[in-house]
Amino acid sequence: MKAPMPVVPARADALAVTPPAIAVEDLTVSYRQHPAVHHVSCRFEPGSLTAVIGPNGAGKSSLLDALTGRVQPSTGRVHTGGLKRGGLAYLPQQSGIDRSFPLGVLDVVMLGSWPRIGWFRGATTEQRQHALRALAQVGLIGFEHRLISELSVGQFQRVLFARVLMQDAPVILLDEPFNAIDTRTTADLMRLVQHWHAEGRTVIAVLHDMAQVREHFPLSLLLARECVAHGATEEVLLPHHLKRAQQMAEQWDEHADWCAAPAGGSVNPGLTS
Amino acid sequence: MTLLATLNALLIQPFVEFGFMRRALVACLALGLSCGPIGTLLVLRRMSLVGDAIAHALLPGAALAFVMFGFSLWAMSIGGFVAAVAVAGLAGLVARLTPQREDASFAAFYLIALAAGVMIISMRGNSVDLMRVLFGTVLAVDDASLLLIAGITTVSLLALALVYRPLVVECFDPGFLRHLGHAGAWVHGLFLTLLVLNLVGGFQALGTLMAVGLMMLPATAARFWAAEVWSLAAVAALFAVLSGWGGLLLSYHANLPSGPAIVLLAGSFYMLSLLMGRRDSLLARQLSQRAHRKA
Repeated sequence: MKAPMPVVPARADALAVTPPAIAVEDLTVSYRQHPAVHHVSCRFEPGSLTAVIGPNGAGKSSLLDALTGRVQPSTGRVHTGGLKRGGLAYLPQQSGIDRSFPLGVLDVVMLGSWPRIGWFRGATTEQRQHALRALAQVGLIGFEHRLISELSVGQFQRVLFARVLMQDAPVILLDEPFNAIDTRTTADLMRLVQHWHAEGRTVIAVLHDMAQVREHFPLSLLLARECVAHGATEEVLLPHHLKRAQQMAEQWDEHADWCAAPAGGSVNPGLTS
Repeated sequence: MTLLATLNALLIQPFVEFGFMRRALVACLALGLSCGPIGTLLVLRRMSLVGDAIAHALLPGAALAFVMFGFSLWAMSIGGFVAAVAVAGLAGLVARLTPQREDASFAAFYLIALAAGVMIISMRGNSVDLMRVLFGTVLAVDDASLLLIAGITTVSLLALALVYRPLVVECFDPGFLRHLGHAGAWVHGLFLTLLVLNLVGGFQALGTLMAVGLMMLPATAARFWAAEVWSLAAVAALFAVLSGWGGLLLSYHANLPSGPAIVLLAGSFYMLSLLMGRRDSLLARQLSQRAHRKA
């Protein structure tokens, strides 16, 4: 597969750090010896805006986990071009977060400055102002003293977006950012994604809504554990690609043979007879 | 003047008059100060019952030390600490290596530990010894136990101050710190160690059965008064300290066993808070059902 063309950022100079290209090389992520991502190689150009799509269980979230370094790959590796840990902002799925937790909205947004303030340092007035601006940008003016348990799902998603804004990272990963979010909020947050793209940040988002992908995302990566297609969205979202992805995702064999692909990774020695 | 004198006689005089009451009071104050925040974090981490499990897991270690060295403070504390850490570690290990969830493996191990502890004591000691271990002897706290308890409180509060931010964040959004490259596992481990330490401290005064009461009841009661992590911890510590003070007075004036008196007072704080606390209590819900703002 040909690597997609890099997207020319509108205002690359607006960023303090230009994002590096992210190269995924022969990546396999497995759970209980079954691959969720299987020998995937692809490349995300600096400033590109990519939708990661695929059926359920296609390994989309696992790919993001591998990009952030949260899971250890079974084979292959991810090159992030010397990006520092804080240089990668990640928007998690809400299901992993305890929304009843007794924290204030501003506190959650300020978490975005963790790479700068860490465990002990207090936040500066400037960082506080930044957090308030981030809240204004996601349309939550006046919410800074509210508790997150009082917010709706959509409002909480706006708070998480504000936290990503606060992190001010050159690379942004969004895991199903518009799940269970109403159209109005989705439109607002999508504008923010477009804004990040215009600023020259690299944005990679896991999405389900094909119409949304066609409308807003120039590039797509179709995943079904393996990379089915990667490139310009209109060339990826073709019926035969989608059908193939569906078929590949449905293949689940509890006792599948051990994969002996010509990779550097170790092949499990068990059950060879 | 007579009212003041009566209050003085009721609330303060017992502590002025008797050294054992003073020591018991200081022990309760120290325990309350660190049990408040630790209990709050336990509730927030959805580990309310883990505290209970660990308190019971102390028993075989303390019992074995008791059988081998008699009623020795240090031996029993170290024995209890080792046993509880072992149970916590085993439960965590099982959860990591097998599909069994941590709460289930905790339950399994603490039940084994509890039975083993009771067995060991009853083989060698008598029922008075068993009662002492299970229910503690806050009125017999000596200077050495007092130092141990105060030391544990000091270490706990300092350690909590150090890891407060990661502890809270790890509990709210476990993925966040991992994505920034911090491992959450050792924060969890440190927290469990602090929990065990505090239960070892509480076990000297209140016994293995009651120690966890001073930790969980104030923390659950605080939920009806405060809304943020720090204020929850502060209210919980206040309730714990008040329970200690009031419980000692109750046991002094009414000639009741002190450990249960303290925990029952903490329990009544909880019931009162549940009924008429400022936030989300039954009364507050009743009152606020109709009243609402325009936006």
